[in-house]
Amino acid sequence: MSAETTGSNQTLLDVRDLVVSYDGIKALQGVSFAVEQGKIVTLIGANGAGKTSILRAVSGLVSYNGAIRFEGQDLKRIPAHRIVALGIAQVPEGRGIFGNLTVLENLRLATWQRTDKAEIETDYERVFQTFPRLKERQHQASGTLSGGEQQMLAVGRALMSRGRLMLLDEPSMGLSPRLVQDIFRIIQDINQAGITILLVEQNANMALRIASRAYVLETGSITLSGTGAELLGDPRIKEAYLGA
Amino acid sequence: MSEGIVYWLQQLLNALQLGSIYGLIALGYTMVYGILTMINFAHGDVFMIGAFFCFLAAVYLGLPFAPVLLLTMIGTALLGVAIERLAYKPLRHAPRVSAIITALGVGIFLENFTLALAPYPKHIPALLENTNWNLGGVSVSSLQIIIICLSLGLMFLLDYVVHRTPVGMAMRAISWDKTFVPLMGVPVDLVISVTFAIGAGLAGAAGTMYGLAYPVIDPYMGIMVGWKAFISAVVGGIGNIRGAMIGAFILGGVEIFVAAFLPSTYRDFVAFALLLVLLIVRPYGILGSPRIQKV
Repeated sequence: MSAETTGSNQTLLDVRDLVVSYDGIKALQGVSFAVEQGKIVTLIGANGAGKTSILRAVSGLVSYNGAIRFEGQDLKRIPAHRIVALGIAQVPEGRGIFGNLTVLENLRLATWQRTDKAEIETDYERVFQTFPRLKERQHQASGTLSGGEQQMLAVGRALMSRGRLMLLDEPSMGLSPRLVQDIFRIIQDINQAGITILLVEQNANMALRIASRAYVLETGSITLSGTGAELLGDPRIKEAYLGA
Repeated sequence: MSEGIVYWLQQLLNALQLGSIYGLIALGYTMVYGILTMINFAHGDVFMIGAFFCFLAAVYLGLPFAPVLLLTMIGTALLGVAIERLAYKPLRHAPRVSAIITALGVGIFLENFTLALAPYPKHIPALLENTNWNLGGVSVSSLQIIIICLSLGLMFLLDYVVHRTPVGMAMRAISWDKTFVPLMGVPVDLVISVTFAIGAGLAGAAGTMYGLAYPVIDPYMGIMVGWKAFISAVVGGIGNIRGAMIGAFILGGVEIFVAAFLPSTYRDFVAFALLLVLLIVRPYGILGSPRIQKV
C-alpha cells in the first residue's frame, strides 16, 4: 500500500498503524489503509470488528495512536468540528439524526462551518433534488421520518457540509432490500459527482460490487485487501461474508 | 370593582412578579439540564452573586439602573462560564453524581466566599424612582411593571434564541444527543459555554430585580430562591424552556395565594409538597416528555 502522489491516483486519506482502545481494550490493533481520491473504498467485517472505531478516529470523535492524514495533513491534534471544515463528512452509525429538529434544521446545522451563503442555498436545492421526500417533509420534526427517510437525511446532511470525503457507517442497516438498492445507487451518484467514499458495511455483497478497493477487517486488524471484484470472487470472502 | 376581585387582581400581580423572577432563574437550571443532563445546584448562588454585583455597581460605581443591569448580567455570565470550565468540564465523563456533588460544592464556595467579603447584609439603593398607581383599587408600582416586563422580555428573547438562531439549534441538537454534534462542524464546548453564559446572565438579571424589590441582600439569599426556581423547572418539565416559564408562574401563583389564604408559614411547605406530588403524578413535568433511553 504505497501512497502514490501522481495524477488521479492521489491519496486523499492515509491511515497508518491505527490503534483505538476503550478502557484499555484494543478495538483496533494497528490498522493501515489508504483511500484514493475519487474512489469508493469499502471496509467490510462482522459486528465488533472495529469498523466504526476507524470512522470515529478519522472524524476525531475518539482518541487514537498512529497517524491519520487527510490530503497530507495530520489530523491528530485537530478537533472533530474542524475536521468537518477540512472536508470530511460522516454519515454515522444509526444515522445520528436530531429527532427534535426539523428536517431543514438538521440540514442547516451541517452548514455550521460554511460561510458561502449563496452556495449553501444551491446545495439545499441539490439535496432536495436528490431526495424529493426530504423537500416534502422539510418542516417536519425529523424524529417522525421513517428509517429510510432518516438515512436520506443523514446523507443529505453530509452533502450539506460539503465534504470531499464522505464516510458512511452501515448505511444499509435496518432498511428494506429496495431501499438498500436506492441508497447504494445514490452513493454511486455522489461518487460520480466527485466525492470520495469510504464505506463501512456488513452487507459485503453490495459494498464489494460498487467498491474499487476493499479491506476486510477482523477483530481489529485488516486480514485481506484487494479490488471489490477480487474479493467478491475470493472463496474465503464467499464463505465468511457472502453466505455462499 | 368589588373588593373580592380587587384582592384577587392584587395577588395575581404579586404572583406575576414573583413568578417572573423564579422564571429567569429556572431557565438556567433547565437549559443546563437540557444539554448536560446535570442539575447545576450552584445556580441559586449565581443569582445571589448577581444581587451582590448589582450592589457593587450601584454603590461603588454609582451607576444608574440600565448599566447596573447590563454589568451584572455580563459579570454573572462570565462567572457561569468560569464555573463550567473549571469545575464541571473536567468531570464531563465522570459519573453524573460527581458533577452534582461538585455543583453543591461550588454553591457552598460561592456562599462562603461572599460571606467572607460581606459578613453583614447589604442594602441596595433605590435605582429606580418608584411610583405607585391606584387602578380601581389595585395598587400597581412602576417597579413591579418593570420587573414583569423586563423578565417577560428576556424570556421571549431567550425563546427566540433557542428556537430561531443557529446557536439555539445547536443547543437543541446537543440536548437530543451530543455524540454526533461535532460531525456537523459544531464546536460543542463553545455551545455549552454559551449556554452557561446565557443561564447565568439571566440569573444575574433576576438578582438585580430581586435586589430592587427586596433590597436587603445576604450570602444565603440564593438558597431558597434557587430551590424554588429549581422546583419551577421540574414542575414545567426540566429541560424544556417554555415549561420552566410556565412552572415559575404556577409556583409564584401557588406561593402568593397560599400566603394570602393560609398562614404565611405554610408557603414553602406547600411549594415543596407540590413538587413531591408532581413527581409522583407526572415525573417529567407539565411540558416535559418521558425520556426515551436510547440504546
